[in-house]
Amino acid sequence: MDAVFQNLDLIRQGFTTTITLTLLSAMGALVLGTLIAAMRVSPVPPLRWTGGFYVQVVRNTPLTVVFFFFVFGLPEVGIVVGFYPFAVMALTVYTASFVAEAVRSGINSVPVGQAEASRSVGMTFTQTLGVIVLPQALRSVIPPLASVFIALLKNTSIAFAFGVFEGTSASNVLINRFGSQVLQILLITALVYLALALLMSAAFGWLERAVAITR
Amino acid sequence: MTESRVGSNLAGLVVLDNVNKHFGELHVLRDIDMTVDRGEVVVVVGPSGSGKSTLCRTINRLEPIDSGTIWLDGQPLPEEGNALAKLRAEVGMVFQSFNLFAHKTVLENVTLGPIKVKGLKKPEAEKAAMELLERVGVANQAPKYPAQLSGGQQQRVAIARALAMTPKVMLFDEPTSALDPEMINEVLDVMTALAHEGMTMIVITHEMGFARRAANRVVFMDAGRIVEESTPEEFFTHAQSPRAQDFLSKILTH
Repeated sequence: MDAVFQNLDLIRQGFTTTITLTLLSAMGALVLGTLIAAMRVSPVPPLRWTGGFYVQVVRNTPLTVVFFFFVFGLPEVGIVVGFYPFAVMALTVYTASFVAEAVRSGINSVPVGQAEASRSVGMTFTQTLGVIVLPQALRSVIPPLASVFIALLKNTSIAFAFGVFEGTSASNVLINRFGSQVLQILLITALVYLALALLMSAAFGWLERAVAITR
Repeated sequence: MTESRVGSNLAGLVVLDNVNKHFGELHVLRDIDMTVDRGEVVVVVGPSGSGKSTLCRTINRLEPIDSGTIWLDGQPLPEEGNALAKLRAEVGMVFQSFNLFAHKTVLENVTLGPIKVKGLKKPEAEKAAMELLERVGVANQAPKYPAQLSGGQQQRVAIARALAMTPKVMLFDEPTSALDPEMINEVLDVMTALAHEGMTMIVITHEMGFARRAANRVVFMDAGRIVEESTPEEFFTHAQSPRAQDFLSKILTH
């Protein structure tokens, strides 16, 4: 345990990056994923196809391969940013495909009559989605979104392999330095991830109760 | 025939010209020709599955049609898009299952369209909405959510919501079919008043009392076709087609 307690700063530094990676990618994925879900339910066929294509391609590609595309692919076409922005992009793009499916299932949970009534009043597709359907979909979207974002939290550890110093990197440094305490270091690392995930579940649980609507 | 009806000044407010519609194999609307004049109240009756609900829903293009043309106030129904949204704002629709916005209060249900679609300021939209809620007798429910209201109250709010857009025509798709018996009359009373005020109405209903009281014309549909059209009095006492006679014998004798 000494290895950990004498290097708390290193661990804190690593997991701070884990947290910011998670938060930035979560926000990006929420926006991008909602947009893709909107495309998938839109009345315009090319938009529907594009949305469906995105989900099927990105969701079925291993996250590591997505990282490779960003970290090694983008520089090939002249786009060079740091490892950290690349990691945020890869995580955002990947997670967005799962967010899109969660949001779409939420949209489908809203009775179709709500959208019909909204369109009958003269509201456009965008207004119908934004004012009537999505606010009502929110409640049923929160539980699956919690799962998606907990997966995201754990997925940030892949960034370790692509030059980002985050929680798992910190643990790796310690393992290399204190070979005799591997198990303890790994245990603590896992516990930090667990604590962060539980915190996230609690936040989503609170959110779920806050947006409860009576039907 | 199309030219004479649509081109002339006497063209109806709602004109359906040779409209056809399929649901897969099922031919739900067959060669429908129908004209509804300004201020006219048309009641559409027919057995279930006859296509009357679909007919109603094609008029604001909630159901697209396969062939034929639907004209509203001299304009053909536009395709999907903003022009269609604009047109729908001029057609009030009342659904069997009310479809009030579940996450909005009664007042918000009525003001949403005027604010979002017509661009009214909130205070004037609310003032107009309260007058409408007053008119349909649910003004005291304004701050509540739809789930807190009875079915009859919800349906009256739905009528107020549609009227808030000052529509040219009101469509009623079985407005009382989902209501408990003791709530049917409160909704029919509102509709009857509306009819007497001169609103153009197309009403899908089995309420024969309403048809006799408020309708100028009864349209009888069966198997996707308009089989018979006449005044309520004539339809209920001297239906011409055997199919209509059979239908009437089933709904009137019990």
